[in-house]
Amino acid sequence: MGPEEDRQLIVDTLKKKKGKTKFYLKDFNKIFPDRKPREVKKLVNKMVTEGILEYWSSGSTTLIGLKGAGKQHDTEEKDE
Amino acid sequence: MTKRKTPMLDELEKGSWPSFVSDMKQEAEAREKTDVDLQTPRECVDDLLGLLELTYVDKVVHWKHGGIVGVFGYGGGVIGRYCDQPEEFPGVRDFHTMRVNQPSSKFYSSEYLRQVCELWERRGSGLTNMHGSTGDIILLGTTTPQLEEVFWELTHNLDQDLGGSGSNLRTPSCCIGKARCEFACYDTQAICTEFTMEYQDELHRPAFPYKFKFKFDGCPNGCVAAIARADMSIIGAWRDDIRIDQEAVNAYVGGEIKPNGGAHSGRDWGAFDIQKEVVDLCPTECMSWDGKKLGIYNKECNRCMHCINVMPRALRIGEDTGASILFGAKAPILEGAQMSTLTIPFMKIEEPYEELKDIVEKVWDYWSEEGKNRERLGELIQREGFQKFLEVCELDADPRMIQEPRSNPYIFWKEEDVPGGWERDINEFRKKHQK
Ligand code: HEM
Ligand code: HEM
Ligand code: SF4
Ligand code: SF4
Repeated sequence: MGPEEDRQLIVDTLKKKKGKTKFYLKDFNKIFPDRKPREVKKLVNKMVTEGILEYWSSGSTTLIGLKGAGKQHDTEEKDE
Repeated sequence: MTKRKTPMLDELEKGSWPSFVSDMKQEAEAREKTDVDLQTPRECVDDLLGLLELTYVDKVVHWKHGGIVGVFGYGGGVIGRYCDQPEEFPGVRDFHTMRVNQPSSKFYSSEYLRQVCELWERRGSGLTNMHGSTGDIILLGTTTPQLEEVFWELTHNLDQDLGGSGSNLRTPSCCIGKARCEFACYDTQAICTEFTMEYQDELHRPAFPYKFKFKFDGCPNGCVAAIARADMSIIGAWRDDIRIDQEAVNAYVGGEIKPNGGAHSGRDWGAFDIQKEVVDLCPTECMSWDGKKLGIYNKECNRCMHCINVMPRALRIGEDTGASILFGAKAPILEGAQMSTLTIPFMKIEEPYEELKDIVEKVWDYWSEEGKNRERLGELIQREGFQKFLEVCELDADPRMIQEPRSNPYIFWKEEDVPGGWERDINEFRKKHQK
């Protein structure tokens, strides 16, 4: 798969998840089970720089979601 | 005087300790009067005091948890905090914290400190925390639009970067080491700076299931408490003998030199008793004193530093120095608190640190693959076992890794560890064993 297909696959996968807008880095690894987490991390961080994804951080943990999706501040899952 | 009534907070100004409430009031007052061109609400510290008072009254936190804030290209260094009473306390509607990567061992020029304070008064709340538990300079409280502005000034005018937060590598931190301390077994500042530079990507962007910390202590005194606070603790050690100056030992015994560098001078503890205060306190019982000569059976010494701390003019660390590498310390979150576990008893710590970086990368790959969301390395080691961790690091087990003989009587062998393996030839077997 080329980098464009990878991006599209990430976007499509995230869009499919109903009721959830923020994801752990590990959730992205699951999209590419055959790749090294390090490669996936690089792609995800690049997509943030490109404005496709964005970070959400509690200060201690980072979640990642589609830009503009879900709450901009405060947690969505209060049990976190 | 501050605008808001804060009777509960005022209680915290009583007594003999310095009070953060007094500090905040001082800053609130200074902001009222200052002619600095403030880019953040003038009343933000006032509002912060008010909000905290309300917190004490309600006994609930009035801050929301986290948010989408940061500076472009970075996934760490900014900790988003929004207040849930913005109408009443507009000055702290958004009140984000910025972590600033401290220089190794926190050496500053007064000029630099003035610049940081000037910047933060103008573009932040003026409140700082020198330093946070992570080691960073903590700039407490600014608005969302100011984040990029502060970042620009930090990087362009102060030659200064942000530190780590979130699921990133956290800002590495080190003790004062060779800059001032004769106990330093390696150059903690050099390696701390090198690791900070080498792992910039991990420091600024999320890379892991959760946070990861390196801390560098130059010796087991542990001035940055690496053993308790770092996923990877690098603690100075030596593998030859403690150097003894017998003449100086006798000078301590004769009262010519004060023990512990004169630290316990608050009251009269009586004459120095080397037997009681040093030899008997050696945790491995490897010291002896015959009235004239101090003996150390170095093979048993576990480098606890006690004797050296008491008599630094007589005892010195060995000359073949390096560090012990430990993994897995953490505060209680998913599981209870945990100290780091000894994994590499001794390693020379010399530039370019290839051997150590090798281990770091193996460990990160393992943790990224196997770690669960928000599972610290120490919890993963606990879950999958130390044996597995040694395999990942490609290290052999060593008696120095354990504190006591095993209490678990079961040994789980792997086929490759057993000569001949599991497979057996049934015909050979039948020759000796009837059906
Ligand atoms: C009941 C309320 C709170 C609790 C129990 C709490 C707990 C904690 C804990 C346990 C840490 C980790 C300390 C460390 O190891 O450095 C921490 C760090 C931090 N908290 Fe809170 N917190 C509270 C309220 C707040 C508020 C109101 C803010 C900001 C408005 C805040 C901002 C931060 C920041 C910026 C850090 C990182 C500080 C550093 O790096 O040293 N916290 N908090
Ligand atoms: C290297 C040889 C052997 C090993 C490693 C071994 C291992 C074990 C282990 C781990 C247990 C469980 C212990 C427990 O439940 O606390 C056990 C139980 C037992 N073994 Fe062995 N065993 C060996 C040889 C033998 C032999 C040669 C016999 C009999 C001829 C035997 C008879 C038993 C019996 C009867 C029990 C049950 C004891 C009880 O429940 O109280 N074992 N063995
Ligand atoms: S940890 Fe050891 S080497 Fe580092 S400053 Fe403390 S006493 Fe000195
Ligand atoms: S460093 Fe500690 S263990 Fe070693 S000889 Fe001194 S007191 Fe004993």
